[in-house]
Amino acid sequence: MFDDRSPIYLQIAEQIKNDIVTGALAEDEQVMSTNQYAAFYRINPATAAKGFAQLVDEGVLYKKRGIGMFVSPNARDLLRTGRRDSFFADVVDPMIREAKAIGIPLKDILQHIRTYGDA
Amino acid sequence: MTTALTVRTENLSVRFAGVPALDRLDLRLAPGKIHGLLGRNGSGKSTLAAVLAGFCRPDEGRVLIEGGDLGTAQEPYENAVVTSRVCLIRESGDRPDAVQVKQAIGLAAALRPYWDADLAGDLLDRFEVPLNKKIQKLSRGKKSALGVVLGLASRAPLTIFDESYLGMDVPSRNLFYDALLADYTEVPRTFVLSTHLVSEVSAMLEEVVILDNGRLVTQSPVDSLRGRGASIVGPAAAVDKFTAGFTVLAEERLGGTKSTTILGDLDPALLAQATAAGLEIGPVGLQDLFVHLTGARS
Repeated sequence: MFDDRSPIYLQIAEQIKNDIVTGALAEDEQVMSTNQYAAFYRINPATAAKGFAQLVDEGVLYKKRGIGMFVSPNARDLLRTGRRDSFFADVVDPMIREAKAIGIPLKDILQHIRTYGDA
Repeated sequence: MTTALTVRTENLSVRFAGVPALDRLDLRLAPGKIHGLLGRNGSGKSTLAAVLAGFCRPDEGRVLIEGGDLGTAQEPYENAVVTSRVCLIRESGDRPDAVQVKQAIGLAAALRPYWDADLAGDLLDRFEVPLNKKIQKLSRGKKSALGVVLGLASRAPLTIFDESYLGMDVPSRNLFYDALLADYTEVPRTFVLSTHLVSEVSAMLEEVVILDNGRLVTQSPVDSLRGRGASIVGPAAAVDKFTAGFTVLAEERLGGTKSTTILGDLDPALLAQATAAGLEIGPVGLQDLFVHLTGARS
């Protein structure tokens, strides 16, 4: 489930963000408690709590005292905006570097994007 | 109100026939956390576990246990108040072989101030340990399972499992991990899991202590150890230039390509510099980091 190579609380936060971006977790929906999460994924409860705390700090989740944690009403927009900002640096630039290294002309890529995107 | 205990060792040394098994160890185990005690065979893990539980006496320095209902710091050796609150479960069992399982359970119930009989019964059922069998008639896996039951149901404010679950198969070990996390959530206490199965338990730990040759290699929150190392791969000259000034854990060469494992955080500026130099940066997992930190030195 989690790999051993980066802090698990960051992996937890990423996983929940992904669920929100794809719509698997809806806005204002309750998320699992840290203890449920820890038991389900067999991880330390403090680690799960740290991942959740980070999402609260970022405004992705909010707390209802005594009830639990919920997805913020604007979380999906917030996350999509963040990912849009880094889309070219994270996704497009590495593709261009790879294309140059293996000799695919940029016009072929543009052609492919037009056909694939319209299909 | 938590009963969890804090452990401190000060300049702790234990020697066997003059050979140090623990060498001037200074440690503090924070209360209410799950600590991993990691090290290779012979690194001193079991000696540390034994001396914390009062099974042996330090040759130098001391062990102090404090907090919970103990109040002031006390040494565990020959101290019934402390040892009734510290539960060490070892693979060897430490239990009389000729008694029945239910007698061993009865003994633990009498000795352990926080014993939970319901939990013990529930766990014995789940691990399918037969109550009426003599301990010597149990399989290795069932003996380990009995140890786990005794360790968890004691609800000892300091509970130490020293490789005690190695005899169990994978489904039983998973049952153990689930039971431990569930009961830890219910009754927070200080756990120490000594193991060399790093990748299997690392997600359950909050802090790790790494020992090598009786000495402390590092003590740190597990999440800050993860990702503390990096592997740098690329043309040898560029790798050497980049890794100068870092602590190098391992180096490998294949033709003109070199892979160097370093210790240290790489900030975004350094990462950009490495990418610009044509180097590939990879993370180092906890298991690998452990191997590098405790591996044979040249």
